[in-house]
Amino acid sequence: MPLDPSFIGRTYPPSDVYEVSREKIREFADATGATSPAHRDPEAAKALGYRDVIAPPTFAIVVAMKANETIMFDPALGLDYSRVVHGDQNFVHHRPVTAGDRLVSVAHIDSITQRMGNDMITVRAEIGTEDGEPVTTARSMLVVRGEDA
Amino acid sequence: MNVPNVGDELPPLSVRLTRADLVRYAGASLDFNPIHWNEQTAKAVGLPDVIAHGMLTMAVASRVVAEWTGDPGRIVEYGTRFGRPVVVPNDDEGALVEVTAKVTKDFEDGTVKVNINATFEGKSVLTGAFARVRVS
Repeated sequence: MPLDPSFIGRTYPPSDVYEVSREKIREFADATGATSPAHRDPEAAKALGYRDVIAPPTFAIVVAMKANETIMFDPALGLDYSRVVHGDQNFVHHRPVTAGDRLVSVAHIDSITQRMGNDMITVRAEIGTEDGEPVTTARSMLVVRGEDA
Repeated sequence: MNVPNVGDELPPLSVRLTRADLVRYAGASLDFNPIHWNEQTAKAVGLPDVIAHGMLTMAVASRVVAEWTGDPGRIVEYGTRFGRPVVVPNDDEGALVEVTAKVTKDFEDGTVKVNINATFEGKSVLTGAFARVRVS
């Protein structure tokens, strides 16, 4: 069954706080081979003008995925997660994710379309601090492969 | 950093991704989809073998830009479509991903656009990948 287009424009309640730690940033940098000392050494990050170590540009996916799960597992939407393929991804960084950030995400459904038996759903996580400072806008297009596709 | 010009090519990068890299990325990103570590599951959904997380390929490709700027925080936008999968065999060699990038546009707001190309076995795996980078 195709996804219900009346979900377009829907906004979900804010996520729990995600607290960004130096160790998680280092772990993510190591796992992706990001070499910059700004991911590991607070002094190196400060020399570049940051408050503390900063995350690599795709780290926000960890935070966004958590927010997007509220959409993926919304029983009213009924998305079959086992058929989901990541179609595209975009990050706009209003500033880098920084160790010590306490982040809250709000998930939105921007579009739902059908093409060749597949559903395409674009979800957007607006990630900001709990005080309301915008940090990253993460937009993901997910393809839900149709039964016959 | 020195202000770049449209047409400048960034130093390229070649990265080998092995099964161990996929497991490590799964742990760091909390993306435990078994198609990224379990051959049986990958083949059951019609893939030739285990594939790398698209987000891992995207992260690896961003290194070309991050290393060029010297400050990864200058990447103000980064986007791509996931064109084709990077298939990772269960051996010590893994899969070789080759990344090149070029400055393609000066936005005159202190940012430039860098187009990124990542290939595996001679074919592009990221489609329309680009970063917008603050240069002043």
